[in-house]
Amino acid sequence: MNYIRIKNSQTILLSDIPESNYESFYDMNLELVTGHIERHCVNYFGYKSGNNVKLICCIADDSTHDILVSTCLVNKAHSLESFTAKQLCFEKFEREIHENFGVNFPDHPWLKPVRYAFNRDDKSQTIANYPFFSIDSEELHEVGVGPIHAGIIEPGHFRFICNGEQILHLEIQLGYQHRGIEQLFIEKKKLLQRATLAENITGDTVVGHSTTFAHTWESLCGFEAAGDIEFSRTLALELERIAIHVSDLAGACTDIAYQLGSSVFGRLRSPIVNFLQEWCGSRLAKGIIRPGRNKFPFTQALADRLTQVLDKFEPEFIEMSDKLFILPSALSRFEHTGIVSNADAVSIGAVGMTARMTNLNRDIRTSHPFSLYPDIHHVSILKRHGDVYSRVQIRKEEIKQSLVYIRKLISEVPVQISKDKELNTPKPNSFCLSLVEGWRGEICHCALTDKKGELMFYKIKDPSFHNWMALALSVRNNEISDFPICNKSFNFSYSGHDL
Amino acid sequence: MLDNLKIVFHQGKQFIPDITTSIIPGIFRGRPIISREKVDEDDLMALCPTDAISGNPVSIDLGKCTFCGECAMRYPEKITFTKDYKISTNVPERLIIREGEDKSVEVDPERVRKEIHRVLGRSLKLRQISAGGDNSCEIELNSSNNVQFDMSRFGIDFVASPRHADGIVITGPITKNMAEAVQICYDATPDPKIIVLVGTDAISGGLFADSPAIDRSFLEKYPVDLYIPGNPTHPLTIVNGLLDLTRKLK
Repeated sequence: MNYIRIKNSQTILLSDIPESNYESFYDMNLELVTGHIERHCVNYFGYKSGNNVKLICCIADDSTHDILVSTCLVNKAHSLESFTAKQLCFEKFEREIHENFGVNFPDHPWLKPVRYAFNRDDKSQTIANYPFFSIDSEELHEVGVGPIHAGIIEPGHFRFICNGEQILHLEIQLGYQHRGIEQLFIEKKKLLQRATLAENITGDTVVGHSTTFAHTWESLCGFEAAGDIEFSRTLALELERIAIHVSDLAGACTDIAYQLGSSVFGRLRSPIVNFLQEWCGSRLAKGIIRPGRNKFPFTQALADRLTQVLDKFEPEFIEMSDKLFILPSALSRFEHTGIVSNADAVSIGAVGMTARMTNLNRDIRTSHPFSLYPDIHHVSILKRHGDVYSRVQIRKEEIKQSLVYIRKLISEVPVQISKDKELNTPKPNSFCLSLVEGWRGEICHCALTDKKGELMFYKIKDPSFHNWMALALSVRNNEISDFPICNKSFNFSYSGHDL
Repeated sequence: MLDNLKIVFHQGKQFIPDITTSIIPGIFRGRPIISREKVDEDDLMALCPTDAISGNPVSIDLGKCTFCGECAMRYPEKITFTKDYKISTNVPERLIIREGEDKSVEVDPERVRKEIHRVLGRSLKLRQISAGGDNSCEIELNSSNNVQFDMSRFGIDFVASPRHADGIVITGPITKNMAEAVQICYDATPDPKIIVLVGTDAISGGLFADSPAIDRSFLEKYPVDLYIPGNPTHPLTIVNGLLDLTRKLK
């Protein structure tokens, strides 16, 4: 087989990735995912190599805990058969390759712009002229929302085609948040700048993205993080999960006009984020994760403080969620609203919570464990219905699970053994891929270095990249008034998608 | 019914009674103080990810600072971050903290347009625009109105339509793809209106300042009424900043 098996956060030479012609590259990768639910595409991207485009496809295999990486050189003058025509899960990746490099896939069913990147191939296409799908009909009407929405959230445009109150179709157009962050990773040479960039990919997943960057960078530099560093990362990831999940429960309550739940869950986020601030000086954990360093060592005093915080948080959280989950007026809005079937989740390559709510077990903490997760023996929480109710249930149960993990972690605070010292320069001509399970799902960063060991290409994939399609599918045949609750129950990232 | 009352009772008192004097627990990186200690200034400046530190004499521009605190960790004798969260101002020069100075960053009431106090002093409705913001300042703006910070008790609210607003609050460095929407939203807001920038990215562009994907020409066209620094900005900074702008007497 023409691929190489690597482990999560393993650095290999670029030349170790087997290269094949497009035909066998196409057949092989399609064969890997077709009919194999345990395999899915974690990243598929291109970068310029002279006048050609080099494609790298990374398929994660959850049963063997490997990532299968293969490559292929193509020229934009040639038209290529698209993976998407056979497997929808490649849809966004191929659109991105098309947008950035002009590679053409004539049989791609939906070859539309992704984010109008500043360095896109065809600059004549602008965000004001997005080619929306439309139906010519006397009975149907269109509703356009955004880019600026009613609340304080990020921008994106939603175009609904409705039959009366019922949504027939939703198309989501993104790109408004595009800041050129992947290019800045290469241009900003200081490690601190890059670590700060990683925190700014999306400010609601600071720990997730900065941990992924740290793992990628440390692996490239040949640095093995000691237990105390990984302890801080694991703990911060779980605290971030609780903070966001609880505020998403508040958001779900707001969207069904349940004021008590909205206020109580909303304020329950505060003790968690305020603890993060006591630990590192930032409520959203900016500055906590740095490659090769334990910048804010976790002390016994902090552990005692966190125990106090959780002892107060837990009963208050349980009291409120017990009430919410027996409240008929809330349940009737949650149940059977915004359903995504298991088959749809598989076909669009959904990851993280979005996959798990349809009984599709995709969780990097178990399939490609990192940091301290091998010792935690994490068991993923799965739901079967794929509706809003499944999504709020997952949040409630993951909060409870994270509380258990955190208590277990802080029962034994590691002694700080890591000393701050300069990391080596990254290995030349190398490739590294890191996967981390953030609260939304799988985050994937890929880094490529040139012959001097300088960063040559950096590729970021937030779980929202695949998952936005799930929102578009979930609202079909729902009332348009249920759109806010559907949207909030997924809570995808705009900036993580637009980069 | 009784369950609901029980839950409400268990919450106790959540709101912060005096939001202007509340003390932040734990570590917090607010307004920095720079001593006159001699240090290797070139190394100090090179350390900063956003070139917020200038040398001879040393100063820090809070509009560029990401509040990562790396400078204070390496040169604790030179730079310390205090817990002073009141760092909003309407005068950009006041965002620059100079060596040997320890004075608070304040709104200059002399430079506040006179209709702001009169028209917006008791009720301020704002339309927020995220223009490349990373959702951290957005989360904190939302938090400013949770039951703890409760900004709406002062008559300050965020509204859905620019038509109902007295001004816009921008987060993020303003991307090219959002530039037009920002302009349209501003134009749709009735006069008199204010512009507030929240967070390092909005004030200076931060790490994205020289990215080819951003377009800050909007900010060259109109005067900015208030700068609220932070990465992300703390809710106490936001609430106090807005109160100072609209209520502080000459």
